[in-house]
Amino acid sequence: MTDDLNATDYPTAETRPERVLGRRGKPLDSLTMDAVLEGDVDMEDLRITPQALLQQARISRSVGRAALARNLERAAEMTEIPKADVMQVYELLRPGRAHSKQELLETARHLRSRHKAALLADFIEEAADFYDRRGLFRKRY
Amino acid sequence: MSQSYDANRWKRFEDWDARALRLDQFAIEDPENGFSAFNGAADPKPGLGIKGGKVTSMDGVAASDFDLIDAFIATYHIDPDIAQEAMAIPSEQLARMLVDMNVPRTELTRLARGLTPAKLAETVAQLNAMEIAFAYSKMRARRTPGNQAHVTNAKDDPLQLAADAAIAVALGFDEIETTMRVARNSWSNALACCVGSAVGRAGTLFQCSSEEAEELEIGMAGFTSYAETVSVYGTESAFVDGDDTPWSKAWLAAAYASRGIKMRCTSGAAAELLMGFHEAKSLLYLEARCLCLQRGMGSQGTQNGGIDGAPLAASIPGGVREILAENLVAVWLDLECASGNDARHSESDMRVAAKVLPYLIGGSDLICSGFGSILKYDNSFNPSSFNGEELEEFLVLQRDFEADGGLTAVEDARALDLRRRAIDALSFVLKDLGLAEATEVMKRSVAVASGSNDTASFAPRDVALISDRIRDNAITVLDVIRSLHRGGFEDEAENLLFLVKLRVSGDYLQTSAIVRDRRVISAINDPNEYSGPGSGYRLTDARRKELAAIRDVLTREEVLRAEAASEMGEARSIRYRSMGPASPGTAKAEIVVGVSPGFGSKIFRTLAGHRLSAVLGALKAGIERGGGTMRLVRFRHTADTSFLGLSAARLSGSGVGIGLQSKGTAVIHHKDRLPHNNLELFSNAPITTLEHYETMGFNTTVYAKGEMPEPVVVPTRGEALGARFHARVALTYAIETSMIEDNASPEDLELTFLEQSP
Repeated sequence: MTDDLNATDYPTAETRPERVLGRRGKPLDSLTMDAVLEGDVDMEDLRITPQALLQQARISRSVGRAALARNLERAAEMTEIPKADVMQVYELLRPGRAHSKQELLETARHLRSRHKAALLADFIEEAADFYDRRGLFRKRY
Repeated sequence: MSQSYDANRWKRFEDWDARALRLDQFAIEDPENGFSAFNGAADPKPGLGIKGGKVTSMDGVAASDFDLIDAFIATYHIDPDIAQEAMAIPSEQLARMLVDMNVPRTELTRLARGLTPAKLAETVAQLNAMEIAFAYSKMRARRTPGNQAHVTNAKDDPLQLAADAAIAVALGFDEIETTMRVARNSWSNALACCVGSAVGRAGTLFQCSSEEAEELEIGMAGFTSYAETVSVYGTESAFVDGDDTPWSKAWLAAAYASRGIKMRCTSGAAAELLMGFHEAKSLLYLEARCLCLQRGMGSQGTQNGGIDGAPLAASIPGGVREILAENLVAVWLDLECASGNDARHSESDMRVAAKVLPYLIGGSDLICSGFGSILKYDNSFNPSSFNGEELEEFLVLQRDFEADGGLTAVEDARALDLRRRAIDALSFVLKDLGLAEATEVMKRSVAVASGSNDTASFAPRDVALISDRIRDNAITVLDVIRSLHRGGFEDEAENLLFLVKLRVSGDYLQTSAIVRDRRVISAINDPNEYSGPGSGYRLTDARRKELAAIRDVLTREEVLRAEAASEMGEARSIRYRSMGPASPGTAKAEIVVGVSPGFGSKIFRTLAGHRLSAVLGALKAGIERGGGTMRLVRFRHTADTSFLGLSAARLSGSGVGIGLQSKGTAVIHHKDRLPHNNLELFSNAPITTLEHYETMGFNTTVYAKGEMPEPVVVPTRGEALGARFHARVALTYAIETSMIEDNASPEDLELTFLEQSP
C-alpha cells in the first residue's frame, strides 16, 4: 500500500519526490532559481502541506516515535490555520489568559467547526480540563 | 620575596586564591533547599498505576492530585502498552542494560516509553560518570556527531553577523543561532545571518532566538529553519512563572512544525532552583520530568544538559555528573540532544575542558548547543564553554582524541575570503532592497576584525532601522534570494534556495536531522546502532585527515629548512677543521668538549636559538677563565648526551669532559663515573643561556682540580618545555641519530672563530 510509508521512504524529497509538493501543488523540481527569478515561486510554494506532515508522521510512527507523529498530525491540522489565529490560541493557552474553562472550550469548538481541526480541538479540551483542576484561570495581569 | 615568616597560613593557599577556579562559587549539598544533584529531599519513589489504559497514579501521586506536568506526562508520555513490562524491570537491571553493548538502543528506547520520570532518574543515578558517558554514546540518536554555534555581536552589526556566520559555516557547524542585544533588531540579525550562512556551503540550519510570536514570524518569512527556545520546566510553579504550560508549549511545538520549521525544546538542571520553585526535588528528577514532558509533546529533540542553569548545577556536588545523566535520559527517551556545553559553567579552563570531553569522545547530536564562534564579549547569550578565543583548543582536542566534534580548521587566507564574500553579499542585499548602505570603510573594518570592538560599522540606531524596514516591507527570503542573484552572488542564492526548499518535504522535522553534503541525515537514515568496537560512528580516513590538519604543523623538511637558513650565518662565524682521529690527552688542564654527529654540519642552533658557535665560544671562555684549555672532539658512535660526556671525559687529559648535543643539551662528566651518573646535567636546552654555558665551562676546571664548584642551576618558570619543543627535538635528534656509525672513531676538530663571539 502506497500510504504505508516507513524509514525506507526517507528522506522523502529524495525517495518520493513525486509526493512532495508545495502548497500550490508545485513539485520540488519546479522550484528552480529561474522560477524564483521570474516570480513564479512565492512563499506559499515553500510552505509545508498537511500531506507532507502526515507522511512524515507515518514515517515517525513506523520507527516507534508515536509521540512525534502525533505532534506532526496536530501540525498538519494547524497548517490550515492562519498565523494570527495560531498565535492567538497560543496566547490563550498561557497561564491566566483564558478566564474560564468555557473560553477554551469555545476555542476548541471553533477549531473543530471552522478549521476541521479535531486533534487540536481535543487537545484544547483536555487542557481546559486540567487548567480547571489546577486553577489556572486565575488573573495574572 | 616576603621576609615575614610569621604568616598564620600556608602561602600555597594564596597561590590557589589567585587562580581563576576560585572565582567559581561552590554550594553545599542541601536537599531540603533544592541543592541536590541526585537525591532530593522530596524525590518520589518510582511507581505507576494503570487501569483500563489510563494512568491512575504515577511516582507516588494519585491521578486526582496530578499537577499539570504529571497530567501531561501521564497522558502523552506514558505508553500503557509498554508501561507494565518496563516498570517491572528493576532499575539496577535497566542500568546494566544501558551500558550493555549487546542490548540494542531500540530496545531501550522502546522501554523508555513506559517509564516514569522517577524510574528514569533512579536508573541513570546508578551509573558512574564513565558509565553514563558510555551509555550516552551508545544511546544518542544519530550516528554522525554535530555541533552548533552562536553567531552574535555586541553591536548587532549585520555585516559582522554575515561574516561570522560564513566562518561558522566554514568551520562545519551544522546549526547556527543568533540573538540580539536589542530585541527590535531581530529581523536585521536574521537576514544578516541568513545571508552569511549561505556563503561557502548549503544546508547550515539557522535560528534567531527571540520572542515566541516574532520568532515564528521570522521563520515564516523563510529566514530561519529551526527553533529551540521552547523552554519547559520540571515543576508546575516554575512553568507557570515562566508564563507557559505544557499545553501552550506543545501548541508552539506543533506551530513550528506546521510552518516546516525544525524545533526542539529546552530544559536543563537547576532552572527550577534558579526560579525559586524546586519543591525540594533533585536536579535529575526535575529534569527527567522535563524530558518526559518533551517526548510527550512530540518534540523531536531537546537542548538540555544544564544550559543556563549549568553554573548553578556545577556548584553542587555531583552537579556535572548530573548534567551528563540528564543528557542520557534525553537520548534514552529517543530525543535529539543538543547537549548543552554552552553557558560557561566555570571560570576554570580545566573544568570546562573536562566537562566537554565525554561529549567530544562519545559524540553527540550537537555537542555544544551554542559554541561561541565569536569572542566572549560578542556573545549575546553569555560566554560559552568554548568561544572564539578557545576555538583552536577544541580543534586540537578533536585531533588529540581523533574524535569528531563536528569542526574543521579554516585556513587563514580562506577565512578572509569568506568574510569578504559574506560582507559583500550582505552589503549588496541591504542596498538593493533599500535597507541601508555600507561604506567601504565599514566593510573593510569588519572583514579583518576579530570582534566588534575593532569594527567601524553600523551604529545600533542604523540596525534598528534596518530591522524595522525588513519587517515593515514584509521582505522574505525569496526577495533575498532574488537580490543575491541580481548582485552576482549566484552560489549564495542557490544555497539559500536549497535550504528553504527543505521545509516543503519536512524531512528535517524528523529526530536529529541536520544537513550534510546537501542531504538531510537524521536518526532515520543515519541511526546510531552502536553495538561495540567497530560499530557506531567511526572516522573515515578523509575525516581523520581533516581533524589532523590544524595550522602550523611541524615537518622534518621545515626543521631542515630552518637549519639551512642558520647554516650561512654559522659559516661566517666559525670554521671546523678535521684533524684526524682523536687520542687521549695528557695535559692536566685539558677539558674535552665532545659534540654530536650533526653538530655544526647539519644542525646549527640550540633549542634556545643560540648559534652553536656562540655556545662553543661561551664554553671556551669559561674553561679558560678557570685556567683550562678546550679541545673539541666530534663523536660519531653516539648522539646520546651521557655517552658523549663520558667519552669526552675519557679522552680528556683532566679526566673531565663535556658532552654537547646540537640541540644544546649538555653534561659534565668524569672518566671514572658510570654513564648516567654525571657531574652536572643541562637538560633544559631551550632555557639554557650562554652565561650558563660559560659557567659550565668554568665548573669543569674546578672539577678537574678535584674541587666542588657551585653547580649551575638553570632556573625554570614551569614552562611545559616538552610541549613547546619535543616535536622539534625528536626531528632534530633523529637527524643526529641517523648519522651514527657503530665503532666510528672520534676525531679532533680545530676550531676557528671568524667573528667576535658574543
